[in-house]
Amino acid sequence: MSLGPAEVAKIAHLARLAIREQDVPAYARNLSAILELVEQMNAVDTSGIIPLANPLDMAQRLRADDVIEADQRAHFQAIAPRVEAGLYLVPKVIE
Amino acid sequence: MMEWETVIGLEIHAQLATKSKIFSGASTAYGAEPNTQACTIDLGMPGVLPVLNREAVRMAAVFGLAIGAEIARRSVFARKNYFYPDLPKGYQISQYELPIVQKGQLTIDLDEGVSKVIGITRAHLEEDAGKSLHEDFQGLSGIDLNRAGTPLLEIVSEPDLRSAKEAVAYMKKLHQMVVYLGICDGNMQEGSFRCDANVSVRRKGDPKLGTRAEIKNLNSFRFVERAIEFEIERQIDLIEAGGKVVQETRLYDPDKGETRSMRGKEEANDYRYFPDPDLLPLVLDEEFIATTRASLPELPDTKKQRFISQYGLSSYDAGVLTTSRALSDYYEATVAALGGEPKLCANWVMGDLSAFLNKENREITASPVSPVQLAGLLRRIQDQTISGKIAKDVFEALWAGEGETDAIIEKRGLKQITDNSAIEKVIDDVIAANPEQLAQYRAGKDKLFAFFVGQVMKASKGKANPQQVNDLLAEKLKG
Repeated sequence: MSLGPAEVAKIAHLARLAIREQDVPAYARNLSAILELVEQMNAVDTSGIIPLANPLDMAQRLRADDVIEADQRAHFQAIAPRVEAGLYLVPKVIE
Repeated sequence: MMEWETVIGLEIHAQLATKSKIFSGASTAYGAEPNTQACTIDLGMPGVLPVLNREAVRMAAVFGLAIGAEIARRSVFARKNYFYPDLPKGYQISQYELPIVQKGQLTIDLDEGVSKVIGITRAHLEEDAGKSLHEDFQGLSGIDLNRAGTPLLEIVSEPDLRSAKEAVAYMKKLHQMVVYLGICDGNMQEGSFRCDANVSVRRKGDPKLGTRAEIKNLNSFRFVERAIEFEIERQIDLIEAGGKVVQETRLYDPDKGETRSMRGKEEANDYRYFPDPDLLPLVLDEEFIATTRASLPELPDTKKQRFISQYGLSSYDAGVLTTSRALSDYYEATVAALGGEPKLCANWVMGDLSAFLNKENREITASPVSPVQLAGLLRRIQDQTISGKIAKDVFEALWAGEGETDAIIEKRGLKQITDNSAIEKVIDDVIAANPEQLAQYRAGKDKLFAFFVGQVMKASKGKANPQQVNDLLAEKLKG
């Protein structure tokens, strides 16, 4: 399976990555190569094998339901571009 | 005229009532100052690791067991990728292919005596996003991430619902269930229980489902009903006019009472789910499931049936009294304290007590009249110390904290008059004072009987035993 310029543009948009027009063919080639590798792996018979969700053969550790975090808002907001009334300000997302 | 059938499935998000977030130790308490309950994990800072909250897992399992579902012995968390400012990580941790709860069901009650089983496809654990505030901050949006990371249980129904009414009945039943189980506070104003509806229509008898629209932003039972009704009309009109329903997300506008397309806005339903490498598979053993099962309270439907058989209540009364655990506990404590008379107790709990609670907007757990106090009052009706009517006044005094029933009766002189000679004396006075009415009554104007009863009760300040008044009056009026 190989990807065309339109698919590269879509993937870049979903990942919010700005890519240069002249780099599109190279991205298309490299991404297609990854998919080819996946296709090779697809040829292996995996029936009866439980899909691997994590390479560590362990189960999720659980934590107790306790509030242990203190308010550090001032600390976190010191690096935010804009704040007001305790809110992070971002470009408007609704028209 | 073409006949149409509506097909509805609901996705309900219930915030789980944990103290801390699903993957961090920040508080989930509602109403805090913006961003004071958002820690590095909730903010998606680099290098942090989510650790799953045991209580959120337990609550999801409690729900699954209560709806007769399968609890997955192994479930997996996945990343749902999308960009929005109230989702700092750029992905929401959710469950995709292997959710914790699968294949349950809920029975909803429709019109008198009719019930219907609604399938629940799945319920999975995920984290809530933050909140975007679109009031004007100089043309910018404000982001509060206190809600980010609050545990959610997303409960997905089968497309088994056939009308807006059924959808509302299902939503109410589910709401009752999660509150009853103590896994969600159910506060819809605060967004603890939210609903998206998938709605489609098809020609009656058509086995194929029509194209569906997903309606978002349904945060009250009334909105769900109105939005679905509007959407059904819209789709039918569209098809009958030769158009086609497109699969899309629509937003309900409560002010205009209509749904409108969210097209134009970002609507790339390409979430590119993949297993979250920061989280290991969630494995639940048989012991955990057995312990959780053993901890389940008696469920509302079972309790309702027991109230009908054990207390001889009507289906309606039993239904009302089992809407919440606190209400049914109060009722049973009253019956136990009185040692019987379950119908009398039901009438008072559902009547005067509920009316006073409503009037003052109080929860039953904050009732100033305890079950033992209410039973004390009902005992005095039972042994005819006071009439049911006088009891209402005593109840009001109990509510106001004027002391215990017997003291109130004593202080206010409310003891019922059951002495025949005393009642006869009042009757004689009343008859003597109303010769004209007496003559009319004896001439055949039967309905004047009520007039005499009223006069006697008034003269006795409501204290005469009503049954004795009736009997004695009938005797005396005959002449």
